[in-house]
Parts: sequence; structure tokens; C-alpha cells
Amino acid sequence: MTQRTEFIQGNEVCVNAALYAGLDFFAGYPITPSSEIAETMAKQLPRIGGKFLQMEDEISSICSIIGASLTGHKVMTATSGPGFSLMQETLGFAVMAEIPCVIVDVQRGGPSTGLPTHGSQGDVYQARWGTHGDHAIIALTASNHQDLFSMTVEAFNMAETYRTPVILLMDEITGHTREPVNLPEQGEIPIIGRLRTSVPEGVDYHPYLPREDGRLPMSDFGGKHRYNVTGLYHDMWGFPTTDPNVIHGLIHHLMDKIENHAHEITRYREYYLDDAHTVLISYGCSARTALHVVNSRRRRGEKLGLLELQSLWPFPAELVRAKCAHAHYILVVEMNMGQVVHEVKKAVHEPERVYLANRVDGEFITPTDVRGIMRLIHGRGV
Amino acid sequence: MAIDKYMRERFFPHIWCPGCGHGTILNNMLRAVDELQLNQNEMVMVSGIGCSSRISGYVDFHSLHTLHGRALAFATGIKMSQPNLSVICPMGDGDALAIGGNHFIHACRRNMDITAIVMNNRIYGMTGGQYSPLSGSGITATTAPQKTIDREFDITSLSLASGATFVARTTAYHYREITKYIKEALQHPGFSVVEILSQCPTHFGRRNKLGDAPEMLKLYKQNTTRIGSEAKQNNPELIERGIFRQEIAPEYCAEYAELINRVQQG
Repeated sequence: MTQRTEFIQGNEVCVNAALYAGLDFFAGYPITPSSEIAETMAKQLPRIGGKFLQMEDEISSICSIIGASLTGHKVMTATSGPGFSLMQETLGFAVMAEIPCVIVDVQRGGPSTGLPTHGSQGDVYQARWGTHGDHAIIALTASNHQDLFSMTVEAFNMAETYRTPVILLMDEITGHTREPVNLPEQGEIPIIGRLRTSVPEGVDYHPYLPREDGRLPMSDFGGKHRYNVTGLYHDMWGFPTTDPNVIHGLIHHLMDKIENHAHEITRYREYYLDDAHTVLISYGCSARTALHVVNSRRRRGEKLGLLELQSLWPFPAELVRAKCAHAHYILVVEMNMGQVVHEVKKAVHEPERVYLANRVDGEFITPTDVRGIMRLIHGRGV
Repeated sequence: MAIDKYMRERFFPHIWCPGCGHGTILNNMLRAVDELQLNQNEMVMVSGIGCSSRISGYVDFHSLHTLHGRALAFATGIKMSQPNLSVICPMGDGDALAIGGNHFIHACRRNMDITAIVMNNRIYGMTGGQYSPLSGSGITATTAPQKTIDREFDITSLSLASGATFVARTTAYHYREITKYIKEALQHPGFSVVEILSQCPTHFGRRNKLGDAPEMLKLYKQNTTRIGSEAKQNNPELIERGIFRQEIAPEYCAEYAELINRVQQG
């Protein structure tokens, strides 16, 4: 049973959910439009005996949370586009060294300093490919505060389950919107804790030897097992190697542990998809607009449906293909020059039926914008 | 010698060239740890990238080999989250003061109880002998075939100005001082910087015609002197060795623990 309703910003929801998930260490650097996350953390964390650090930049922010994760803590940092760019190298380190952590990107208009105070969804591909080298990544998003709460908790759960950084893609609009949110009681949403090794002291512990299920139990820095952690290709002891067999095994492990579990990671909501001729696909703030369009058209008897993606990476291609199988056309609603639309085109059988409804001038995409694109598709002019 | 137990012999031989000063630093650092009888389970070594940074793999502590320049940033998270751990950050000169310069000055300012060791060989060794911000002018390097025109940092002055509460310097020749200063630094309740001049015969010595490792070590003997010595007054060119600062100031983790107490007591 939900006990408490608050009327707060999305950024504050994110903090509440992170604390609910067990976070007790946060480091960050001021940046619009994510700063309220750091501000709220600075206020809340000492109350529960947790630690807040304001670092000298975004690079050191992500580095320090990785350090704290290694000592056994649940950790997060929050930033926006320019800071997310600075974090990319260390994000790759967390992928390679398999360190659980959550990175929140409250998206604003880019490239560069761009539009600090306006919403955007331009970092979807950066979340996937921002750091160098082949890798797999998990990125989650949400369109409303209730889902933002649960997706934030899920981000922590997935970080622990898959020993990986998880990116939570928010945006200025969800971050700064105030709306009611029900804060769940402890126990209402399951929390996944750290999987720690049962290997006793004095017995050789292999920090990078996956179990049969692919998971790697950890041992805290400061604990009874001393081992090496590196961003280089490494063997089961965590020591650098150039052995082709070990390298082959590690890169496949890093990809497979996430890509092979894509169906477990996939999160979505669907509205009226069963008989939909027109399928809208959207996520984050844009999904609010898309849902409005679908609801209003349904009231007029038109067969529109919405697939709202809450996990963007690994991209839920199978889900998209299945949900769009009977669609006459598919309209991807997003606030960028077209990012998820390309993934949808790759996923469906007839990519020529996939269209983009976007807005990139800093203003929130409106139902009128989406309806205008639909008129164009139907050949009815603007 | 009892330092064997602090080494991961499984991962030897090490990658350092014959004559490199870094092995001397590793040896005498472990002697300091041994003399203090520190618990290995409470020791964390965090390093960045470069020849010096491989040191973390060879010691039987909790070890974190991170990204170029970022050792102190990772170390800050470790220490802040688990203040009972002893955290040592060995870094190269380029690692600590070029790409890692911002983290370095802010770590000095924060005064968290971390021991930073700058293994200063005045060159990027691992990448093949490019000049560093510590090379100084008139040095031949692969990226300075016509000699450097860059001026160098003075690590101790920078550390002092940035607020480090323990600052010392010595050289790979003065190995007993390495042990002594690292011992002092490990016991110091605040941010410590120990600069150790370390010879790179392969890239620095060879290109600058300074001879082999023994000859480079002799130069450390000739070119350095104790802080405040008469020799320094007679020859201001000499590099001073010794403890430049050792003072107690509020330590960050202790201050934060007090902040938590204050908040929780309302």
C-alpha cells in the first residue's frame, strides 16, 4: 500500500528513489538542469549517514563513485549533456572493470553547451556509443514521476544484477516538472543488493571468473580478499593480459551478460496496441505528448496505439517488431533529429512505414506537432 | 626482508626497464608499510596510467589501476566511503600534473587522508619518451627534437600552494629517505605529497646524454641537498630534499563525520 504522496520535481523523485534503492554515496558537479539532484542529495544523505561529495568536475564525480562502489556502496552521479560527455571515458572503465553504478543524464539541448534550460532527448545514442570500443550498456528512461521512481530503483537493481553501469536518461522536462508521486513503502518494490563472494579468506578468490549464470560475486575493497581492478583487458584475477583467448572471452562476456538478457532488461508500457493501425513509439517526456494524441484520437474512434519504451538499451528490437507487426504505419515521437527512429527502422519488417515526429527548437513537442506530421503522412498537408 | 609478503610474485616479472628508479621506490615504499606493520586488508593502492602506475598490480593490497590522471579522483571516493582504509596513490609526473593536474590541486585543497606519491622521471616513458610538464626547458624528447621551450612545475610549491598538509621530496638515490618520508606521509592525518625523483635511463637519460642509471643516480646526489642547507645558500640551483610542510589541519572525512553527527542530532 502506498502511504505518502508528494508534489515534487522529477529530479527530487530521482533522489527519493535512489535512496529507496539503497544509495548511500553520491558525487556530482553543478550543471543545469540536473543540479537539484545534487542539491537534494547534499541535504538528504547526511541524515541517513550517507556521503555526498561535490567534486571538481564531472570526470572526478564518476571516478569517485566507482571508488565508493568498490568499497561496497550503492552509488550514483547526475549530470547533463556536457558533463555526460566528460564522463564517457570513465563510463567505459566501469563497463570494463564491471563496477555497479548509476549515471543520470538529465538531457538538455545540444551539441556543446547548447540549451542548458530546455529539454531534449539528444543523448540516446551517446548513452549507447559515447565511450570508445565495443561494449554493451543498459539505459532506462521514464515519462512520468511514478515511472521515474520505479525506473530509478530498477537502474540500481540492474547495476547490481549485471555488474555494470546503468544510465538513467531523464530530460529537462521530466526533471523540472512538478506532479504528484506516490512514494512506496519499503518492500513494495524489490531491491537487489550486492552479490558478494562466499569464498572464505585464504582461498584464492577470482574476481573476474563468472559463475555458470554469468554473474560475478564481488568482494569489497577493505574486505578479506585483495585483488586487482584495471581498465585493461584482464584475466580472472583482474591482472592485465594480452592473451588472445582471454581477451576474446572477456569481450564476449561483457557483451553477452547484457545482450543475452535483453528480454529481462526490457521495460515498456503499451496503450491500445491490440487493434492499433497506427503505432506511436515514444519515451521520456515525448511519450506524454504521444499518449495525449493517442487518447484523444481513440475518443474519436481512430485506432491509434502507443508503445512507450522505458528501456532504450539494449534496444528492445523484438518487442518493437512484435508490437508493430500489424501497424499500417509507425510514428516515432522524440525530441532530437532522429535517434530511436533509426533503431525502430532496423527492427521492423517494413522500415519505409516508419516516420519521425520530432521537435528540436527547445520547446516541448506538442500534440499539435504530432498531429501535423500525421496529416502529412496521410497526404492532407500541414 | 619481510617485504616479499607485500608483493604479488605471481605477476612478476615487472614491466620496468633495467635501471628504472621505480623499482627502488616500490621496494622502499613496502619497507615503510612493513615498518608501520599496516594491515594489508586495510591498504588500497590506486594508480593511473603510465610506467609508475603499474606499481599497483605488483603489491598485495586492494589495488585499482584506473585511467590516465584519475587516480586521486577514484581514491577520493574510496577514502570518503571507507575512511578506515589507508589509501596510497603512486602517480607519474605527467599522470599527476598534466592530465591529472586539476584532481591533484583539489585533492591537496580538500585535505583528505590520502598519500600521493609522484614518481617524477620528467618524461612520458610508457608512450616512448615525450616531454612532460616536469621536463623543464632545454630537454630533448621525442616530441621535442629541437629541445623543450616549456617551463616546468615545481611539485612541492604547487602542493604547498594548493593546501597539502604534508609535502616532502627526495630521490631514488636517497632510498632511506623514501622509506622515511613515505612512513611519515602514511602516518600523517591529511593529504600528503611525496615527490620522488626517479631516473628513466631509457628515455630521459639516453636522449639527454646523462649516462646510464648509476650515472643518473649520481646526479641526484650531486644536484640535491637538504632543505635549508649551507650548500643551497651557496648554490641556489640545487634541488632541496626533505619535508617542506607537516602540519595538522581539518581532515575531510573527519569533518564530514562531524557534519553527519550535527545533522543527525538535529
